[in-house]
Amino acid sequence: MDNIDKQIISATQAGLPLVSQPYQRLAKQIGITANDLMQRLTSMQENGIIRRIGAVPNHYKLGYKHNGMTVWDIDDTQIDRLGELIGQLDFVSHCYHRPRHLPDWPYNFFAMIHSKTEAGAQSQIQQIAELLGEHCRSSNVLYSTKILKKTGLRIKKNVSS
Amino acid sequence: MDKIDRAIINALQEGFPVCDLPYLQVAKQLHITESNLLQRLQKLLDNGILSRFGPLFHAEQMGGALSLAAVKAPEEQFDSIAEKINALPEVAHNYARNHELNMWFVLATETLEQQQSAIQTIESQTGLTVVNMPKIKEYFVGLKLEA
Repeated sequence: MDNIDKQIISATQAGLPLVSQPYQRLAKQIGITANDLMQRLTSMQENGIIRRIGAVPNHYKLGYKHNGMTVWDIDDTQIDRLGELIGQLDFVSHCYHRPRHLPDWPYNFFAMIHSKTEAGAQSQIQQIAELLGEHCRSSNVLYSTKILKKTGLRIKKNVSS
Repeated sequence: MDKIDRAIINALQEGFPVCDLPYLQVAKQLHITESNLLQRLQKLLDNGILSRFGPLFHAEQMGGALSLAAVKAPEEQFDSIAEKINALPEVAHNYARNHELNMWFVLATETLEQQQSAIQTIESQTGLTVVNMPKIKEYFVGLKLEA
C-alpha cells in the first residue's frame, strides 16, 4: 500500500460521493486519473484491503431488533473446525476466536446473530448450540441495550502530501 | 421506506460497481433513474437507515489494529464512563450490553502500541480494568440483512 492508496482510504472513509461520477470526483480530489483510482480500488478489493464497496444498514432501523452477541466456551482443539461451520450459517454476521479471561470470561468464541423476532433469535441460538454439541462447555448471549457510539472505522493514516 | 428503498438497500449490500457511471448502472438494474437513486440514497443516509455507503476497509489488512474490549461499569457511573470512553477517537463503536461486563467497545488504531496506550488511558481515566479481546482468528465477516 503506497501513499496514494492511503489518500484513497482517507478520502473515502466518510463514504463515496453521491454524484454521477463519484470516482472522477475522488480522483480529482486526490490528483490522479479516474482510471488509476478505479484500478487501485479494484486491486484493493482483490487483495482484501477493501472487503467490499457497498451499503451498511442500521440493523435496528430495518427491524432487526434482536442482535445478540452469542459467546461460547469451546474446546480449543475443535474451535477452528466449528468456527468455519458456524460462519456459514446465513444469520451469523461475524464470528471470531477471541481470548478467554478467566475466571470472569470463560468464552473463546463469538458469533453475532440478527433477528426481527425473539423467537427467531432463540431458534438461531439453538441451531448454533446443536452444531457445537458436546464441544461447548458453556455459553451466554449478550444483547446490546443501547448504542453508545458508532462512528465506524476512522483509522488515521499518515498521509504526506 | 418503500419498496424501491428496500430494493436499493438489498442491492447495495451486495456491492457497488467500479466504473465511470456506477449509480447509473445500479439505477438501470433497479429500473429507476440515476437521480432518483442518488436522492433516495442521500435520504437513507440522512435518516440513518444506512449508516454508511462506500468502501468497507479491512483494518488489519491495512496494517491497523482492531480489538474488542469491555469494562464493568458501575451503574451509577455508567454515563460518565461512557462519555470518557467515547471521547477517545480510537473508540469506533461502543455498546451497552446486558452482562456484568456491561460496556463493550471496539478500538481501531493504526498500531498495536496505540491500542495498548488507548487501553491504559481508559484504565487510568475510569479506574476500571479493561478486558481486551483482540481476535485470534476470524471465521466470517459479512451478512446481508434483507430490508
